[in-house]
Amino acid sequence: MTQGPDHILIAPILIPLVAGALMLFYGEAQRRVIAVLSTLGLVVVALELVDMATHSATSVGLYLLGDWPPPFAIVLVLDRLSALMVLLTSILALSAVVFAMARWDRRGQHFHSLFQFLLMGLNGAFLTGDLFNLFVFFEVLLAASYGLVLHGSGTLRVRAGLHYIAINLAASLLFLIGVSLIYGVTGTLNMADLAVRVPLVAAENRPLLAAGAAILGIAFLVKAAMWPLCFWLPITYTAAPPPAAAVFAILSKVGVYVLLRVSSLAFGSAAAQMTGLGAEVLLWGGLATLVFGTVGVLASQGLGRLAGCSVLVSSGTLLAIVGISGLGGGSTMVAAALFYLVASTIAISALFLMVELIERGESELAGILTVTAEAYGLGDEEIEEEDLRVVSGPGIPRATTVLGMCFFTCALVLAGVPPLAGFLGKFAMLSAVLSFGGFDGGTDIPTVGIVFTAVVIVSGLAALIALVREGIRTFWAAENEELPSVPLIELVPVIVLLSLTLAMTVKAGPVMHYMEATATSLHHPYVYVRGVLGAVPLPEAAVGGEPVPEVAE
Amino acid sequence: MEAVLAIAIGILVASGVWLLLRPRTFQVIIGLALLSYGVNLFIFAMGRPRTNAAPLLDKSGVVDPSLYADPVPQALVLTAIVISFATTALFLVVMIALRGLTGTDHVDGKEPDR
Repeated sequence: MTQGPDHILIAPILIPLVAGALMLFYGEAQRRVIAVLSTLGLVVVALELVDMATHSATSVGLYLLGDWPPPFAIVLVLDRLSALMVLLTSILALSAVVFAMARWDRRGQHFHSLFQFLLMGLNGAFLTGDLFNLFVFFEVLLAASYGLVLHGSGTLRVRAGLHYIAINLAASLLFLIGVSLIYGVTGTLNMADLAVRVPLVAAENRPLLAAGAAILGIAFLVKAAMWPLCFWLPITYTAAPPPAAAVFAILSKVGVYVLLRVSSLAFGSAAAQMTGLGAEVLLWGGLATLVFGTVGVLASQGLGRLAGCSVLVSSGTLLAIVGISGLGGGSTMVAAALFYLVASTIAISALFLMVELIERGESELAGILTVTAEAYGLGDEEIEEEDLRVVSGPGIPRATTVLGMCFFTCALVLAGVPPLAGFLGKFAMLSAVLSFGGFDGGTDIPTVGIVFTAVVIVSGLAALIALVREGIRTFWAAENEELPSVPLIELVPVIVLLSLTLAMTVKAGPVMHYMEATATSLHHPYVYVRGVLGAVPLPEAAVGGEPVPEVAE
Repeated sequence: MEAVLAIAIGILVASGVWLLLRPRTFQVIIGLALLSYGVNLFIFAMGRPRTNAAPLLDKSGVVDPSLYADPVPQALVLTAIVISFATTALFLVVMIALRGLTGTDHVDGKEPDR
C-alpha cells in the first residue's frame, strides 16, 4: 500500500454516518430509500474490502486519519479478519433494514437513523487499529443500540433497556480503566505498537499491564456475554425489536473479535512472558457459557428466549476456542471457529427475524404454554403490539410451508447437524481440538479437548431438541392451520440469510481457505505489526524522545 | 499530590460501586456518575500528573519533552467526559420512562415481594 490513501477504507464508517444524518431531513418514505441504499452500498464496499484483503496477503490496508505517521495517531487497519466482520455486518444489516420496512420502522422514532449509527459503530470497531478509538466506536454502537432496544417502547423493553444500559455503562468504565492502565505502562494505544512494546515491558510493570489487560478483557467479555457476565443478554435480545435483535447477533461477536485481535497481537507467541494471558479464563469461562446457554436453550419457553440463549451458546463456543488457541492451540481451530462464527451468526440473525413471524400467528393456547415465562419475569407484561396482525405489502401463499422450511434450515445450522454449514464449522473445530496434541506437545488428546468436544456435542443435541420442540409446536400442532399472511418483504431477508448458509456449505472449500489464511495471519501478527508501523518512513526523532523499537519476531 | 489524587479516586469509585449496587434507579445513576468521575481522574493519573508543565509543545524548534506533561491522557479524559455525560443523560431519560411506565423507581420495575 505505497500509493495514496485508500479512501474506500473509511467508507464503511462514513456511509452510515452520512446516511443516518441525512435521513433526518427527509420523510418516512425517503428515509427507507436512503437506508436501503446505504446498506446496499455497505455490502458492495465490504465485498471490495474482502477482495482487497485477499489479494494483499503480505500487507494490510491502512488509512492514516490525520496523516500522522503511526503510531502517533489513529489508524484504520484492514486485514482479512476485519474485512470479514465488516462484510458479515453489512449482510445482516441489509436483511434487517429490508425486514424492518414491513412494519417495525414505524413503531417508534428514527429507527433507520439509529440503525445507521449502529452500523457506523460496528464498522469502526472492526476497522480501527487504536484501543481508545475502539472505545469511542464501542460507545457509538452502544448508544445506538440503547435506542434500538427501546424502539417501540413498552414496559418490558424499557426495563430490559435500563438493565442493558446500566451494565454497558459500567463495562465502558472498566474499558476506560483498562485502556488507561495499558497506556500508563506501555505508553501507547496503537494495537500494533502495543504488540511491539508488550515484550519490552519491565518485569516489575508486568503485573500492572496484566491487570490492565484483564480489566479491559472484562469489558469485552460483558459484550461477548461470557458467564457469569451474560444474564442481561437473553432478556435484552428477546425484548429488542426483531430487526434490531438480528443485528445484535453480531454485537456479541464484537467482543469475541476484539478479544481475538488484542490477544493475538499483544499476548500472542511473541509476547515473551505475557503469552497466553487470560487464555485459561477464556477457555473455562467459554465452557461455562456454553453449558449455561445449553441449559437456557433447553429451558426456553418461547422462540425469542431460545434465540437469545443460542447467542450464548455461539459465544461460549468461540470464547473456548479463543482460549484453547491462546494456550498454544494453533491456528487451525481458529479458522474453524471463524467459519462457525459466520454460520452461527447468520443463522441466529435469521432466527430472530423468524421469531416474530412465527409468534405473530400464535393463539391464546400457545400463550398458555408460555406462561412459565413468568418465572423469568417476562410473562406478566408481554409486549403489547396492537396492530400485530395488520399486514402491509403483498403476502405470499403457503407462508407456513416456506416459514417451516426456513425454520428447519435454521435449526440444522444452529444445532450443527449435517449437512449444513453449522455442522462443517463444528466438525472442523472438534477435529482441530482433538488432533491438537496437548499443551506440552504430547500426542494424547488433552482433557480440555475431551471436555470441549463433549460439551459442544451435548449443546448441539440440546439445540436440536429445543428447536424441534418449538417447530412441532408451531408448525405441526398449531390448531389454526395457516399462519397469518406473511408479507414477502419480511420473508425474503430470512430466505436470503439462510441461502447464505447454504452457499457457505456448498462453497465450504474457498470459505474455509479464507478463514485459514485469516487465522494464520492472526497467529503470526508480524504482517499486521509491520504493515501498520512501517506504513511511512519512521521519524528520526520520535516526539516521545525514544526511538521506535524494531518489530520483535 | 499523588496521595490526595489516589484517595479521591478511591472514595469516588467506592461510593460509586456501592450506589451502583443499590436497588433504586436514582442511586444507580448517581453511582454511575461518581464512578465516571473516579475513572476520569484515574485516566488523568495514568499520564503521570505533574505541576507547572504544559501539555502543549510550542513551535520553537527542538523541545525537551521531559519539561511537558503528557497530553494524551488529557485528550482521553476530555473524550471520556463527553461520552459519559451523554450516556448518563440517556440513562436518565430511560430511568424516567421506566418510572412513568411502572410507577416505581425500583430497577426491576416492581417492588420486591416482602
